[in-house]
Amino acid sequence: MRKSLMTGVALAALFAMSGGAALAVEPKQGGTMTATFKDDVSTLDPAIGYDWQNWSMIKSLFSRLMDYKPGTTELTPDLAESYSISPDGLTYTFKLRHGVKFHNGREMTATDVAYSYNRTVNPKTQSPGQGFFKSIAGYDDVAAGKATEMSGIKVVDPDTIAITLAKPDATFLQVVALNFAGVVAKEDVDKWGADYGHHPDGTGAFYLENWTLGQELVLKRNPDYYMKGVPYLDEIDFKIGAEPLTALLQLQKGEIDYAGDGIPPAKFLEVMNDPEQKKLVVQAPQLETSYLTIKTTMKPFDNLKVRQAVNMAINKERIVKIINGRADVANQPLPPGMPGYDKDYKGYSYDPEKAKALLKEANYDASQSFDLYVYNTDPNPRIAQAIQQDLAAVGMTVAIKSLDQANVIAAGSEPDQAPLVWSGGMAWIADFPDPSDFYGPILGCAGAVKGGWNWSLYCNKDIEAMAAKADAMVSPDQAQARADLWKQIFDKVQDDAPWVPVFNEERYTMHSARIAGDKSLFVDPVHVPVNYNYVYATDAQP
Amino acid sequence: MPLYVARRLLQSVLILFGVSIITFILLYLLPADPVRQIAGRSATAATVESIRHQLGLDLPLPQQYGRYLWGLLHGDFGRSYLQKTDVGTLIWSRLPATLLLMVGAIVCELVLGLAMGLVAALKRGSALDQGLMLISFVGVSAPQFVVGILLLYVFAVQLGWFPIGGYGHFSNLVLPSLTLGFLGAGWYSRMMRSSMIDVLRQDYIRTARSKGITRAKVLFGHAVPNAILPIIAMIGIDIGVFMSGIVVVESVFGWPGIGQLAWQAIQRVDIPIIMGVTLVSALAIVLGNLLADLVAPLIDPRIKLQ
Repeated sequence: MRKSLMTGVALAALFAMSGGAALAVEPKQGGTMTATFKDDVSTLDPAIGYDWQNWSMIKSLFSRLMDYKPGTTELTPDLAESYSISPDGLTYTFKLRHGVKFHNGREMTATDVAYSYNRTVNPKTQSPGQGFFKSIAGYDDVAAGKATEMSGIKVVDPDTIAITLAKPDATFLQVVALNFAGVVAKEDVDKWGADYGHHPDGTGAFYLENWTLGQELVLKRNPDYYMKGVPYLDEIDFKIGAEPLTALLQLQKGEIDYAGDGIPPAKFLEVMNDPEQKKLVVQAPQLETSYLTIKTTMKPFDNLKVRQAVNMAINKERIVKIINGRADVANQPLPPGMPGYDKDYKGYSYDPEKAKALLKEANYDASQSFDLYVYNTDPNPRIAQAIQQDLAAVGMTVAIKSLDQANVIAAGSEPDQAPLVWSGGMAWIADFPDPSDFYGPILGCAGAVKGGWNWSLYCNKDIEAMAAKADAMVSPDQAQARADLWKQIFDKVQDDAPWVPVFNEERYTMHSARIAGDKSLFVDPVHVPVNYNYVYATDAQP
Repeated sequence: MPLYVARRLLQSVLILFGVSIITFILLYLLPADPVRQIAGRSATAATVESIRHQLGLDLPLPQQYGRYLWGLLHGDFGRSYLQKTDVGTLIWSRLPATLLLMVGAIVCELVLGLAMGLVAALKRGSALDQGLMLISFVGVSAPQFVVGILLLYVFAVQLGWFPIGGYGHFSNLVLPSLTLGFLGAGWYSRMMRSSMIDVLRQDYIRTARSKGITRAKVLFGHAVPNAILPIIAMIGIDIGVFMSGIVVVESVFGWPGIGQLAWQAIQRVDIPIIMGVTLVSALAIVLGNLLADLVAPLIDPRIKLQ
């Protein structure tokens, strides 16, 4: 099953570029890395944290049963030493590493794993990751607050845990690799209560030494970490507060090693045109698609021809130019690199004449105007203007509503609002490298509800059945068949044209020359944004 | 006097009460739903409702406000939706940085403003006077984020005299204080200039000079103290002006104060933090104005409190 993940075009390219993540000489431990972020870290509680900033910090502080090989999307056992799947695909038995210690010194056992999963699902925790565990037997009762322990989780012995699912779920190993499945120590959760997010205590490669609110977080190497020789860095200092522009200046002056908020768009060309600075930039495709949603339930967009016309009217190449070429044009919901991505798929090509003809066939009333909702941060309003012009060229009048992110999201799922939504700034980035993640919440019926993320309110029962079938293909030897089925699913989705997939963003990470490691670590597809466990300090090397 | 203070304090409480109601209504009328932000995109409708219930956001608005006010009266600002931490703790931990920045800004605006105004008044009509007044004009009208970024670029990046943002050392304090104080310096230099020109025309100055006292003694012994008085009384009001400036200045310089806290909370619809910072700012403004009113008659006995 994992093998299929490697077939992605982009991933193959990534490997060719980086030469694989294996290092010829093991780096020496030592040294400090200084990173900056504009905003204070919201929380380091693995059940709660769900943003770009805390995602890989939590990965470094906590461990999960499964993880990914550094810099790749290839699953590998982590806290689990090994695992087996029952023939019916319902029971996963994980054998844990023995002798793994929490940062507080206590030994971790299977009971802690069970506790952590039940905690994430418990409604009192208010975890945004709760829903990922829905395939475990007994989930519904815990999620509804009727029970505190999922019946499907059995602690066999201190080193063994068996998890039974209510229905097969091909993504389950990815779920136990998510941050929300990070193993926490109950005594510390009890001790700190709601403040646990500021006092994280895991089994990860680093431990939190100090957090001065709004100023600084200091992570230190965990000397008891179960993987010998890693992490390489002794310490990571996260300085809080610098605007992206300020952070870039600090990086250029060598005051910091990594600017967490990225290269500010206004400075992008300047950096990329300077060979010295460009050397410090690592670039890779990310598992992301930016798209325009078309509300399939709202007149006149309930007419397929109108939706197809919108697809053909938009000049995607021009939009990519607006963002300095920091993306590739997309023609389908899945990003390259994701299993199921159809590299032969042509999609709807840019053809304003054909779009006009389709609108005519659909008896489109050109006197009406529709709202295009967009998140009000640059470059999104500029992209919305480009879309507005493209649609005007085929005779569709669109008014731009540029609002705060939360307001756009709120309007997105309302059946009588937001006929068109540009997803930029709120776009879908994969939670885990599996195509199902690009279907259920954003194109499936489950997401087509008030408060959901399926802003097209698209719900096709036939496709829903195919997706259920794909999710049931859990055996590793079905991986290729499953990827093919997802390919069909997304091709069928495209026939209904609920979206205009516009581009797949590239990721750019800039770091000082003092901090090194395989390029893929700085654009890690899973340890987003940077895999802190495997980067090293050059001044600590002999 | 005590009666006056008591009356003003009562007024202050009423003002804060009004601020809390208006802010509360505005925030809760936002179409943005904080629960959806907490619940994340994979949450089911049931999860969303469960969180809404736990936070008490499913109650009628007056009841929500009642609960908030009740907590407030017990010193409880509520808990941050996203950080889950007590809002009082968050504000308290960031207050020293903001106060330090304000002290720095007051020093900057007084030193700069008074010096510029004094020189301009003494060299009235000269090119120097016009140049200084041009600077003060820029100070009054330039947006603070522009001033901040310019100062950063010139003094931190190009000249390297100060660190690029950050917190913890005296050197970190200089540029943000200058940025925040620049606006006040602009005002004060104009006030000081006109005040000095006015004072220098007074009879007692002429008398002092005719007694044979040196020019410097007249200036610093008689003229300046009298010209400064109305300005000192303004400092309390500055606290209110600063409250609107700190959001921008703290963000530009990465200063870990309550302005930065508010800005981050606004972006994340973290309503309890926004409420808390708004109330603390309102309190500071109310107290600042009260202070200004109380200090004024002490400096200038012609002003009487009624």
